[in-house]
Order: sequence, then structure tokens, then C-alpha cells
Amino acid sequence: MKLETTNIDKSLLKEKNKIYHNIDKIREDFPILKQKVRGKTLVYLDNAATTQKPKIVIDAISNYYLTLNSNIHRGVHFLSEKATFEYEKARTKVKEFINALSASEIVFTRGATESINLAAFSYGLTYLKDGDEIIISTLEHHANIVPWQEVCRRTGAKLKVIPISNNGEILLEKYYELLNNKVKIVAVTQVSNALGVKTPIDEIIKKAKEIGAITLVDGSQAIPHLKIDVQSLGCDFYVFSGHKVYGPTGIGVLYGKADLLEKMPPYQTGGDMIRSVTFEKTIYNDIPMKFEAGTPNIEGAIALQKAIEYVENLNIEEISEYEDALLRYCEEKLSDIPDLIIYGRTPCKAAVVSFDIKDIHPHDIGTILDSEGVAIRAGHHCAQPLMQRLGVSATARASFSFYNTFEEIDILYQALLKTIKLMK
Amino acid sequence: MSDLSQLYQEVILDHNKSPRNFYKIENPTNFAEGYNPLCGDHIYVYLKIENNIIKEISFQGNGCAISKSSASLMTTILKGKTVSEAKDLFEKFHKIITSDPLKDIEIEEPSKLKIFAGVREFPTRIKCASLAWHTMFNALEGKAEKISTE
Repeated sequence: MKLETTNIDKSLLKEKNKIYHNIDKIREDFPILKQKVRGKTLVYLDNAATTQKPKIVIDAISNYYLTLNSNIHRGVHFLSEKATFEYEKARTKVKEFINALSASEIVFTRGATESINLAAFSYGLTYLKDGDEIIISTLEHHANIVPWQEVCRRTGAKLKVIPISNNGEILLEKYYELLNNKVKIVAVTQVSNALGVKTPIDEIIKKAKEIGAITLVDGSQAIPHLKIDVQSLGCDFYVFSGHKVYGPTGIGVLYGKADLLEKMPPYQTGGDMIRSVTFEKTIYNDIPMKFEAGTPNIEGAIALQKAIEYVENLNIEEISEYEDALLRYCEEKLSDIPDLIIYGRTPCKAAVVSFDIKDIHPHDIGTILDSEGVAIRAGHHCAQPLMQRLGVSATARASFSFYNTFEEIDILYQALLKTIKLMK
Repeated sequence: MSDLSQLYQEVILDHNKSPRNFYKIENPTNFAEGYNPLCGDHIYVYLKIENNIIKEISFQGNGCAISKSSASLMTTILKGKTVSEAKDLFEKFHKIITSDPLKDIEIEEPSKLKIFAGVREFPTRIKCASLAWHTMFNALEGKAEKISTE
């Protein structure tokens, strides 16, 4: 873990960065990282797809089934009361993590995709009408495109897209031009999953609010890297997936301002989301339960709490600082490779390097890196309109976590040289 | 030979670098477009069939080394074949890239196809190898857009 072997500006990583100095110990917390793949030590650089889980998260799931399993809410027995308590405690932890005003503003979902669908279908279909407009950006993941297209199709609203520069930066001037009193929803990502580019989200929200539009922030790629404060952002909705922030799959969060959630109809109906049911009339439960029909992912919520505590314990500012140093080191190193193009080359990024090499398809890069134990992603990253804008069919993407090391980037670099040697 | 060099054999790399029959046939009798959403590979296969014989076959598009070389090799093999021979070769190719292990199946000519057997070790790449063949098959079946010669 000797930084001296690199050319990186050491000031990027303060002497006192706790992660840098405890990296071996931190890696011990992630059992999967010790694994060999194809006979090589695993170098996991696909963190933007999903992060690995620390042992305390894995244990939380197994402990839940060993000691706590029961259905939550309304149970009068010991286990049900305890499981309910833990599930609601997880909700409070999420509330604190993103600084929501109240735990009732935290709805548990299956993931960011379901969170966006919930907001789009419950709010969008109820309050949008023919001629209204929805603004998204060119950077969006399909999950923040398709639900809005569907709302447009059903309501007659129109989808408007904020263009980007060749480097993947949001063109704010063009955004301002799109704003008018017909715009009812502005739904934009905080960090691009395909490029790692950060968007000027504060400014986007501020201007949207000035014209009275509802705002949704896709925080899926931001949540593991940045300190999130939904009150200071001022957004109406904020969504993320648990598995991208070291929690399990199948659990996600929709944050919504209480007054908005109150006036939205349920997204799904059934048990748990009701207060009383007769065949004549059903009275819905209060928020957030109104949006959590059926038995939820109880162990997922509890394990997500453990993941958040783990991240808090490391300290998100230290994480950002360390990951930023990895990112700059990787960009610097990869820039040495002839014919390698990095997409989204801006100073304002989080933990992703998206690239391709002239005349070598990203899928071939991915397969050859895999034979060296290096896991990256190759493809369109569920952002086909962005790929079209960049004029590529796919890119190769290396994405980092605090458990990655500078040596792993050296391995990536060597594996890329091998790729070029083999293919050219 | 390692799995990787099995996959990226010389012949495959050569076809990737200089693909054969890489152009568009004007007025084809059969045509289809193939798309692999996993990698964004896009391919167009054009055929000119006269009296049930493939007189001319070509492709265009972009894709990874495996899909491009597979398409290129396919065009060299299918030229001059009858439609039913082409369909038969499609079946054989499919067996080669999915069967396990190779000795379990008997592949006669053309042995050129066998170089794609290495793909079996990389399940995510099977679709890359088969894209051109599926597209060609669809073109023969007229499942995709069939361009009128009129």
C-alpha cells in the first residue's frame, strides 16, 4: 500500500487519512476480496454496479433468521415486537444518514428503480396532465428515463432532456432555457453511473423550485461516495439502492417530503398499507406504511442499517478523499496508454473511470481483464441515450470503493497493456 | 493453451482486424438486423439468393472481436451454399459454441467453425459469437425485414 510508488500528488491524500493507513484492516472486513478468480487474486473494480458487503452486513442477515425472524407490525409476541423495533430502527438510521426531517419520510422499496417508479406513478400519474413537462438529463440511467416516459405516455406530458458537454457535464444554460411554468417535475441524477460525473444538483434543484416544479434526485451513485443532506439539497424526492452502499440487494429507499407523500395515492395496495378494510371502504395507513404494501424486506432493512453504520464509522469525508485519490491516480495512469480515451474527463467526479481503447471493443477488454482477475463492467451501463450522445456503443468502466488500493489500479494498468498486446 | 488464447485465436483476431465481406449489398434478396443489448453489438446481414443458392453474403455493423470475426468467418463459409446447407451449418455452429465438451459432437467440414469452441468457456460471450448466425438465420426465414428486390 505504498503511495510512494506512484506519481500522485500526495497532498490529495492527507497523511492522516484513516482509510489509507488502515486499508489492510478494512479489507479484512470484506471476506469476498480474499477470493481467487480464474487463479488470480480478485481485483474488484465494479463497485458502481454493486458494492461488496462487510461481514457485519452478512452477519446481520444470518442473525435475523437465526434469532429474530417473524412478521413485523401488529404482532403481539416477543419476536414480532423485536423485529418491528429493529425494522423501524433501520428506518430511523436512514433518516439520520440522509438528514431527513422525519422517519415517516423514509419509504423502504426494493431499490432505486422501484423508488423512482413509485414517485413517477403515484405522483406523476395523479398530478400531471396533457401539456405538462418533465425534465431529465442526458446522463440518466434507464431507471430514471423509462418511468417518466411511461408517465408522459399516459398523461400526455412531454419529456425534455438537459444536454451535456462532450465531457459529460450538464449544460446549465440549456437547462435554464428548458424551464417554464409547464415544467412539473425535474428528475436528475446526482452522479452519473456511466461516467462518474457529478451534476450541479444544488443549482438544478434551486432553479426547479423557483418555477414550482417537484424535484427527484437519483442518488444511487452518490450515496456511497458523498455526504447526503436532503434538507440542504431541498429536493422533494431522493432515491437510492441499499446494495450500492454496502447493503444487501432487494432493499432501497424513497425519501419524500412528508406533505408530498401525504397527498400521493398508494403505489401498491394490500396488507400493511391499510388502517381498516371493509368491502365498502378501505382507509389507508399513515406514511410511510401507506407505501409499503405486503411483508417488506425486513432483513434487508436491518442489514442496510449495519451497512450505513459501517460507512459512518469510516466517515464519509475520509471515504470521499481516499476514493478521489484512487480516481485521480487511475486517470493519470490510464492516460499513459496510447489510444485509450477516458469519457467524462472533468474535475468534478466520483470514483468512476469510463474508457475505451481504439479498435478494441469494451467487451473484449472486459474478458481479457477478467482473465487477470480484474472485474470491471463493459457495456452501455443502462444509459443507452448517453452512449449515443458520446458516439460509442459501449465503454469499459472501472469504479472504486474505499477498499480498493493503488496496487489494484497498477494491476488494472498492466492488464490493459496485456489486452492491447493481445488484440493489436 | 489457456482459455483466453483459446478464445482469441489467431484466426479470430485476424478476421477482427480485417473482416471479410464487410460491406452492404445493394438490393439484397434477404436482409436482417441483429442486436445484442448486452454489449450494444449491432449487425446487418445481407444476402443475395438465386435458385436457392447464396450467391453473395455480406455484413456491416460494429461489435466486439468475437462477434465481428464470427460474422466475417460466416460469410466466407456460406458463400455458394444452398439455403438448407446454411441452416444446417447454423445448427452445427450453435452446437459448437454451446456443447460440452467438443468431443461429444461430430463436426465435419468446415472445421474452421471449430475455432469458436473456446467461447464455451465464456458463457457471457456465447451471444457475441452467435449474433451473426442468428441474424443470418432470421434473414433466411424472412423473420426480420425482407427487402424487396423490385
